[in-house]
Amino acid sequence: MVERTPILNILTHLILLTGLIMLLVPLWIVFVASTHDFRTVNTVPMTLWPGNQMIENYTLAWNQSGFGPKMLNSFIVAIGVTAGKIAIAAISAYSIVYFNYRFRSLFFWMIFVTLMLPLEVRIVPTYAVAANVLRPYQELLDLVGLTSLVNTVAGIRLALPEWSMLNSYTGLILPLIATATGTFLYRQFYLTVPDELAEAAKMDGAGPLRFFWDVLLPLSKTNMAALGTIMFVYAWNQYLWPLLIVTDIANYGTAVMQLQRIVPGPLFGEPPRWHIAMAGTLMVMTPPLLVVIFMQRWFVRGLVSTDK
Amino acid sequence: MARIDIRNVTKFYGKTQVVHGVDFTINDGEFVVILGPSGCGKSTLLRMIAGLEEISGGTICIAGDVVNDKEPRERGCAMVFQNYALYPHMSVAENIGYGLKVAGVPKAERLVRVQTVARTVGLDAFLDRKPGQLSGGQRQRVAMARAMIKEPKVFLFDEPLSNLDAKLRVQMRIEIRKLHQRLKATSVFVTHDQVEAMTLADRLVVMNKGVIEQIGAPKDVYDRPASVFVAAFIGAPGLNLLPATISSDGHSLTLADGQRLGVETARYPALKPGPVTLGLRAEALNIRPQGHVTGQGTLKATFDFAEELGVGQHIHAEVAGSPIVIHVDGRHPYTYNDVLSIEVSPRDLQLFETKTGLRIAEVNAPVPATSRDQPFVLDALA
Repeated sequence: MVERTPILNILTHLILLTGLIMLLVPLWIVFVASTHDFRTVNTVPMTLWPGNQMIENYTLAWNQSGFGPKMLNSFIVAIGVTAGKIAIAAISAYSIVYFNYRFRSLFFWMIFVTLMLPLEVRIVPTYAVAANVLRPYQELLDLVGLTSLVNTVAGIRLALPEWSMLNSYTGLILPLIATATGTFLYRQFYLTVPDELAEAAKMDGAGPLRFFWDVLLPLSKTNMAALGTIMFVYAWNQYLWPLLIVTDIANYGTAVMQLQRIVPGPLFGEPPRWHIAMAGTLMVMTPPLLVVIFMQRWFVRGLVSTDK
Repeated sequence: MARIDIRNVTKFYGKTQVVHGVDFTINDGEFVVILGPSGCGKSTLLRMIAGLEEISGGTICIAGDVVNDKEPRERGCAMVFQNYALYPHMSVAENIGYGLKVAGVPKAERLVRVQTVARTVGLDAFLDRKPGQLSGGQRQRVAMARAMIKEPKVFLFDEPLSNLDAKLRVQMRIEIRKLHQRLKATSVFVTHDQVEAMTLADRLVVMNKGVIEQIGAPKDVYDRPASVFVAAFIGAPGLNLLPATISSDGHSLTLADGQRLGVETARYPALKPGPVTLGLRAEALNIRPQGHVTGQGTLKATFDFAEELGVGQHIHAEVAGSPIVIHVDGRHPYTYNDVLSIEVSPRDLQLFETKTGLRIAEVNAPVPATSRDQPFVLDALA
C-alpha cells in the first residue's frame, strides 16, 4: 500500500518515538543509577546524567555477588533448556506431521493445550515430581491397588526408589524443556516442506531418521535459530523455578536468582544499595541481549519466512 | 533392466476407488507413456509402481518379483518428480550423489560417478551450485541425473516437463528420448500432454477415470482410437465427433440435419441401424470448390473462423449443428458464414457406438489418411 500523506507520516513517527522513549527511559535510569555513588543515587530527585562511579560499582557488584560462577550456571541452564527444547520440538513435530498413527491430532492438541499451563500454574505438582521423579508411578501403583496386593500377598511394601532432581542441573533444565510453542513452530515449518522432498528421499533409499537428519534439520536452520533465541532469553530469565528448586545456592544458583539477593538481600545488607543492584541488573541483562542482537537476522527470517 | 507386470491393480482412498483393475505389461527396455486427463489415476499408478503409494489390490511385479510389500529403495526404481524435488540445502553434486551416500558408496567412487553422470546431462560446470541458483531446465537435469546415477532397473517420470516453458519442454523431451535410446532402461512416463506422449512413447497407455481406455503404439492410438474418449483426447485437434444415424439398409448414415454419407458396409460386420457417433480426422477432410462433385461423399458446412498455424490453418466450421475442424495446407479466403463443401472419403469414416462410446469393430480397415503415404515411400525405397 502506497500512501502519500505527510501528516499521517509525521503522526505515526511521533507515536513510534513516544513508544521508543517509553521503553528506553527506564533503561536509561537504570544505567544512570549504576554509575553514581550511594549518596547521589538516593538524592531526590535523582539526576538523569551518568556519574563517575561506574567502574567501581560494576566491579563491586561482580565480585561480591559472585557473578562469574553464577553466570556460568545460567549459561549451562539456558543452553541446556534451549537445546532440549529445540530437540524435543523438532522430534515431536516430526512425528505429528510425517507419521500417520491413531490419535495424532489429539496428541498435537494435547501438546498445544499446555500453552495454557505455564510453569507458574503447575508449579506445586511440578515441584513434587522434581523432588521425587518416580512419585507419579508410585501413586499409580497405589491407586491401582498393586501396592496393597503385594503387601498382603508377600508382606513387602512395594516402594519405587526415590530420585530427586532438587539442587541439580537436571532439575533446573528438564522441567522447562517441554514446549508447545516450539512444537507448533516446527509443525508449521514441516507443513511448508513439499511432500515430494520426503518422497525423493524415500526413492533415494533414506529412512525416516536419515531424512530427518539429512534434509529436515538442515532446512530448519533459520527456524532453529528463531526458536533458540526466544528460548535462550526465556531460560536465562527464569526466576521462580530456580528459586524453588535450588537451595544449594553456592553451587547451583543462577545469575537472575542472585539479583534477588542484592537488594535488600544478604549480600549487601541494609540500607539497599540501588547503584550496585542496577549495575548487577545491567550485567545480567547483557548475555540475552547479545544473543538477540547476533541472532536477529536469523530470528526474523525464521519467524517470517521459510527461506527456500 | 526389467519388465514390469501390472496385474489387476486397484487403488482405494478410503471408500473412493481411483484405479479400477489396471492390467498391462511393460516390456524390458520399453518406453511407456501413461496419458490421461488430471485425476484419471495415472500418477497414482506410477506412485504404486514406485512404492510411494500402497497397492489396494492386485500385484505389481518388477523383473519377476512381486514388489507389493517392498520399500521403494528395494524396488530398483528411480523417479523424476514434477517439481524436481531437489534438496534445497545441498549442492548439485550432493543432490545427485545423495542416493549413493545413503547406500554407503565410498566418497571417492561417489565423486567419480557424480562427475560422469553430470557430464552426460551437461551439468559438470554447475556441481557446486545450489538448486536455487539454477534455471528450470537445469534443475530438471539435476533431477534426471539423480535418477540416472543409481543405474535403476526402471525410470519413473511423473509429469517431469510440465513446469518448463514450451520451448524448453520440447528440448527436454528430445533429451529424454535420446537418453532412453542410450540407456535402454525400462521407463514409465506419466503426462497429460498428448504431444509429449505421442513423441516419446514406444507404447501409449490412455487412462480415463481409473480405467485403461487403450494401449498401443502412438500411431495406432491416433489412427484407430478405441473409444470416443481417446478419439477426442488424442491429436490436436482431437477427432471431430458428430452424432449420426445408420440407415436401415446400413449403406449410409444421416447427420442431424439430414445430410447423408455412404458407408462401406462390408467393413463393419457388427454394424446395426440406429444412432452412432461419426469420427472424422481434421487432416482427412478436404475443402472443395462449390459444386465440385466427385465419387466421394460431400458435406455442407458453414465457416466460423480460421486458426493460423504457420504450416497451414485449422478451419473451424459447423456441420449439422456440431463444430468441426478441418486442417488445410496453405490459406483460405473464407469469411464468416460462407458455405463450404467438404469432401469426405468413405474410408476415413470412424464409427463409434453412441451408448458405450466404443469403436465399432472393423475388418480389413484401410490405411487411414494420415499414414497413407508412408508405406508407399518405404516400398519405393525397398
